[in-house]
Amino acid sequence: MAELDSQLQALNDIVELAKQAIANSETNAEQEAVRVEYMGKKGEITAYLKQLGKVSVEQRPVIGKSVNLAKQEVAGLIGTRSKLLAEAAMNAALAAETIDVSLPGRGEQIGGLHPVTRTLQRIEQYFQSIGFQVAEGPEIEDSTHNFTALNIPEHHPARAMHDTFYFNAETLLRTHTSPVQVRVMEKEPPPLRVIAPGRVYRCDSDITHTPMFHQVEGLMVDENVSFTDLKGILADFLRAFFEKDDLNVRFRPSYFPFTEPSAEADIECVMCNGGGCRVCSNTGWLEVLGCGMVHPKVFEHVDIDSEKYLGLAFGMGVERLAMLRYGVKDLRLFFENDLRFLRQFN
Amino acid sequence: MKFSEKWLREWVNPDIDSATLAEQLTQAGLEVDAIEAVAGDFTGVVVGQVVSVEAHPDADKLRCCKVDVAGDELLSIVCGAANVRQDLKIPVAVVGSVLPGNFKIKKAKLRGVESFGMLCGASEIGLVDNVKGLMELADDAPVGTDLRDYLDLDDVSIDVDLTPNRSDCLGIAGIAREVGVLTGCDVTQWPQETINEQSSKTFNITVDAPAECPRYIGRVIENVNVKASTPLWMQEKLRRSGIRSLGPVVDVTNYVMLELGQPMHAFDLEKLSGGITVRAAQNAEKLILLDGQEVSLTDNTLVIADDSFALAMAGIMGGEASSVTDDTKHLFLEAAHFNPLAIAGRARAYGLHTDSSHRFERGVDPALPRIAIDRATALLLDIVGGEAGPITEAISESDLPETEVINLRAARIKRVLGITIEAEQVEDWLTRLGLVVEINAEGWQVTVPSFRFDLAIEVDLIEELGRLYGYDKLPETRPQGTVLTTDISEHTLATHRLQSLLVDRGYQEAITYSFGDPKIQQHLAVEGEQAIELANPISAELSVMRTSLWPGLIQALVYNLNRQHDRIRLFEVGRSFSGTNDNVEQHRQIAGVVCGSRYAEQWAEKQRAVDFFDIKADVEALLDLGCEENIRFVSEQHPALHPGQSARIYQGDIAIGWIGALHPRLNKPLELSAKAYVFELTLAAVLKAKVPSFESLSKFPAIRRDLALLVNTTVTAGEIEHCLNGVRSDILKSIQLFDVYSGAGVELDKKSIAIAFQLQHSERTLTDEEVDAVIETVTETLNQQVGATIRA
Repeated sequence: MAELDSQLQALNDIVELAKQAIANSETNAEQEAVRVEYMGKKGEITAYLKQLGKVSVEQRPVIGKSVNLAKQEVAGLIGTRSKLLAEAAMNAALAAETIDVSLPGRGEQIGGLHPVTRTLQRIEQYFQSIGFQVAEGPEIEDSTHNFTALNIPEHHPARAMHDTFYFNAETLLRTHTSPVQVRVMEKEPPPLRVIAPGRVYRCDSDITHTPMFHQVEGLMVDENVSFTDLKGILADFLRAFFEKDDLNVRFRPSYFPFTEPSAEADIECVMCNGGGCRVCSNTGWLEVLGCGMVHPKVFEHVDIDSEKYLGLAFGMGVERLAMLRYGVKDLRLFFENDLRFLRQFN
Repeated sequence: MKFSEKWLREWVNPDIDSATLAEQLTQAGLEVDAIEAVAGDFTGVVVGQVVSVEAHPDADKLRCCKVDVAGDELLSIVCGAANVRQDLKIPVAVVGSVLPGNFKIKKAKLRGVESFGMLCGASEIGLVDNVKGLMELADDAPVGTDLRDYLDLDDVSIDVDLTPNRSDCLGIAGIAREVGVLTGCDVTQWPQETINEQSSKTFNITVDAPAECPRYIGRVIENVNVKASTPLWMQEKLRRSGIRSLGPVVDVTNYVMLELGQPMHAFDLEKLSGGITVRAAQNAEKLILLDGQEVSLTDNTLVIADDSFALAMAGIMGGEASSVTDDTKHLFLEAAHFNPLAIAGRARAYGLHTDSSHRFERGVDPALPRIAIDRATALLLDIVGGEAGPITEAISESDLPETEVINLRAARIKRVLGITIEAEQVEDWLTRLGLVVEINAEGWQVTVPSFRFDLAIEVDLIEELGRLYGYDKLPETRPQGTVLTTDISEHTLATHRLQSLLVDRGYQEAITYSFGDPKIQQHLAVEGEQAIELANPISAELSVMRTSLWPGLIQALVYNLNRQHDRIRLFEVGRSFSGTNDNVEQHRQIAGVVCGSRYAEQWAEKQRAVDFFDIKADVEALLDLGCEENIRFVSEQHPALHPGQSARIYQGDIAIGWIGALHPRLNKPLELSAKAYVFELTLAAVLKAKVPSFESLSKFPAIRRDLALLVNTTVTAGEIEHCLNGVRSDILKSIQLFDVYSGAGVELDKKSIAIAFQLQHSERTLTDEEVDAVIETVTETLNQQVGATIRA
């Protein structure tokens, strides 16, 4: 029995040595060396097995089982150690690759749209969503489309109020986007729903006027559209544009030769919420657009039967809306193209 | 139209305050622009009389006055005004009074002399701006009376911004009529003066242009005293309407114009010869106007003439020669009706705009001249005395505006306004507006009074009804219109896609004026290109239409370079203009300008200057959006571009734009301090898009072959590409130039170009023979067409 014990003790000693060697291995190569040293064909455990011949037959199964257990234990330890080493190596590699993620990204930075374009796109998007198409017309216009067809005959006081840039008696820079109405109606029969955004020009330049600015014209011609529809469409638009569902919108009678009834729409001042401030001259109201029902004379010019069809039309100043939306105080900034201004809209 | 609220209230006096009155006017379409106090905010100023004036012992310009303010004793007041004199009645700010700006009057010592108050000028109490000297009050001004009471200063001026259609409201009477309708208040009857004609003197009137002047009324008033002063109440009403007092005769005509809306004119009878003729001017006929300006008339202008000369520009402005002066003894008073079309635009053609032309070109009630001339006569007789003669009238009934009769259908009101208005309400409102309403089958027959030039068709009346109903009370509804189809073409890109692309590539969008400086434009234009000129530019710097977007963008670039930016990328979308006035081309363009470093300064990239190929990549990206093929960049010369770094861009054979470095010689004239690159493309060309067409995916491997070729340095990549495009092969899928090299190992006049070829068959694996055959064709073609040899 003492023989058996000493045999098992010897195996145990080998295993203990192997455990130490495994724990001390730091690299894959060292591990492999340990594996070969103990488990290899010429390894310690193999050698131990080989000398089993000296053990009695009764003891053999006991020792054999112990050897298998020892082998399993050593193999298991090598595996665990190997995983540990791989993980450590990975961690070391990752640590070495660590970067300062707070540094900014590389490459191009984005630019931005001009606030007028930004505003125009929102207006277009809104009206396209309710079935309006975008139309365009020339900026160098003839006086027929800019005035006569819009029921502004020669010498009409409204012509004088337009401060027109002329090239000659017949050719001018359009003073509003309303001529696009006429051009659309000349080309296409009703029903119609169009908006016409674009540049317009007036011979006027001071703190509150630039010789060029932008308007969006709107036109809807159908058999049953009325002034109350016009109010609805525009009030909805203004509330959507300023993202304020309870925005107060007020319509006042006004006069444009090409619409009747004509109106101007005011919104409650978005700067002071109607309380009265410098921007609204203490009235609490801001005039934002002109509108009305298409004048029968305008229909007559484009051969649309004003008994059958009615039209509603509106026009708004884009810079005005942009100024109110973004709180821009000086109209002239829009055309100075100062990057410090433009980048505020990126 | 600016007027005193108190004056209006003499005509119609609703029980509402000024703010509510203004609100109601605005809501009725008579937009109130401003409400201003007629005097500054002051208290304690009384009417005083200068009793004595003595020199100040220590100051040349100051005087020591004794002033009676009906107090216990006379006040000693030191005064510096030049017009201070004994017996003068003036406003006196006594100790304790407060002048505008919260300026408190205290006992003071001026150069050693005690002063108990201040004698005031009109500006010091906020009546008018910038008038020097003391305000001289009338001799009968009651001493001691509070000035606010005496001048009735607790009043406001209401300024109504009238739309051109409402000429009927260019007088207090008209505004009063409107307020009467809005508030339901009674309105004072119009003044129907009875003139005691003490003279039989008349002056002959002939109207040669009855269509333009259907009614002309004149009256002689003899022996007037033009030195009489205009009564204070009238001066104040004029002042509160923004009109200066210019002597009693002119004041009366202005007063009647403000009151009734009828412009009038008074001539000095003794300066007229023969009789009055209303006629067209002769071309180049001369007239010196009241303001001293000499005009050369044209024959579309109506004049009032005597037997010798044109006296006045009818309905616009009187002449200097026949005007009333301090020596005038007898007057010829005129009140006429001119056809609006005879006056419209005329004043403007001479650079004039007068209260008279403003009214006549919008339309003045043809019934007014008679009422007005009597009103003016009565006022003149009161103020300047004299004997009035009978009225002389030249009238052409057939040329007077016709009375409009309009059919108003109830159903149409509902269709246009979207609401139903009760019949009784319609009749009530129209009647109160002064219209005559009769019921007919579909609604009403409405007769329009002569003062409403703006009512001629049915919808004019519907607008009136909507206005009186109150636009604010109308509901907001949503249209129940036809559903319209929307265009969703894939053949055209949306412009904002291009804008987004450039924004994403670091560009900032600019919007520059469509007109500019011809000098700057000249530097940037293609040879022979003429800019279209404005006839009436705002300034020389904004006088020609742009032929390219570059001038504006470069100016914006310079603007920002001068403000400490050095890396700038700008683009613009807009029209450029070419051709002639009769044949204008106005195409939309997209253009950009770039300068500075490739990237904004950053830690991870080495700084380098932006170059041609950086912006070419941006342009190619724009062109790739629509997937249009056939784009070529061809080296061509542009006067504004660097001859070695400029290309014209073609789509097929059509030139669609330019790209390049700005010519360095332009740096100085354009005040440009950096190297700039520009591009410009015709927008329509870039917006064209190709609809994708599916091609089956091959399951077989692709083969890559690289070729290193030697070509003369003069051979361009474009030429090689063009040459390769000519090689027809179903299996040659793509060609990629991946290296250009010259230097060591390559002959001096040669360069090496490396190209990769991808070959693939859709149905089987390619054999080496097939691939070799294609590559052989390629090398042969390149050899024949551009002299390329395989690099050993």
